[in-house]
Amino acid sequence: MKCRTCGRPAVINMRQHKLALCADHYLDWFVRQTERTIRKYRMFTPEERILVAVSGGKDSLALWDVLLRLGYHADGLYIDLGIDAGLDYSHQSRSKAEAFAAAHPETRLIIVDIPATYGESIPQVAARTLRGRQRPCSVCGLVKRHEMNRVALEEGYDVLATGHNLDDEVAVLFGNTMQWKVGYLRRQGPVLPADAQGLARKVKPLCRFYERETAAYALLRGIDYIYDECPFSKGATSLRYKALLAQMEHRSPGAKLHFYIHFLKAREEGLFCPEEQTRPPMHPCERCGQPTTAPGLCAFCRLWVRKEEAGG
Amino acid sequence: MDKVIRVRFRDRTWTFDRKMTVKRLLEEVGLLPENVLVLRNGTMVTEDQHLYPGDEVKIVAVISGG
Repeated sequence: MKCRTCGRPAVINMRQHKLALCADHYLDWFVRQTERTIRKYRMFTPEERILVAVSGGKDSLALWDVLLRLGYHADGLYIDLGIDAGLDYSHQSRSKAEAFAAAHPETRLIIVDIPATYGESIPQVAARTLRGRQRPCSVCGLVKRHEMNRVALEEGYDVLATGHNLDDEVAVLFGNTMQWKVGYLRRQGPVLPADAQGLARKVKPLCRFYERETAAYALLRGIDYIYDECPFSKGATSLRYKALLAQMEHRSPGAKLHFYIHFLKAREEGLFCPEEQTRPPMHPCERCGQPTTAPGLCAFCRLWVRKEEAGG
Repeated sequence: MDKVIRVRFRDRTWTFDRKMTVKRLLEEVGLLPENVLVLRNGTMVTEDQHLYPGDEVKIVAVISGG
């Protein structure tokens, strides 16, 4: 198979795009497509300051790398969750993020150490709370969302960028569609606008890339990312959905991309009523000030207050 | 020692003693091409490429979750 651009041997074939490319032209293509997505969805401008949430994995480090190559002012945020599980997982992933930052001295890496800041690791919080015992990933997601928003606002960033790829987005879309979670469907998209009540703008510049494409970019760029899965993700619903969707994609190349793109189009054309008509009023959390749907404490602060009440 | 194609994927290893395409290899080990990237002697290759005895092949999983 030859590169469509130069005729040299291709290193990747993307059946969904009917496109095979060599390493050099693939990397060019990836950067151009990212820029196109940023502009198409009006994610941010070259003047704005971007905070990239990095996990040490392929997607977030690839995103940070591309944004820097495109000349954006992009700093990184790593949240150390204190996950060990016999793999030293957080330490390993943190070292990948730190190594990337060290190789790019023009950027800054902000680190939030959850156990050092709040006194407990994510596995400890998960074991202590009903929410966490049922679904540890739920606690992890809650903590990460809260901390990403807090740091973005406190440090004065214009936008928070995450490395979600098309497979992530389609797995979430599939799950929410299967259960007709309209509130989530209404909010899913490449951009979540800032909220005057205290939510930073969130963007997903890699949302149109297949996970295989972000992995290829990271490999071809020589980005050293953490290869192991989070030990808590074993059996995760999103992985089951991804496996199902991969079967569909194998039989119908492009199926995932079409599912996502047509969902966005349908939403734009009014599939759901506007969020402001149904969204409950938001209240500032009494403790941290971030917006929450019910008066009192937000879900994040409730995690820690229970620990304090128990004398922890 | 006879030359073989040595294939690594996560903590698993396979060996094959005959020439085959990447596509055939993935079928043999039961992986979907959509879920992996294949490196032959350190270089990424497409499914139509041939693997020969003596090649070192690494299959990289690309799906993450959580």
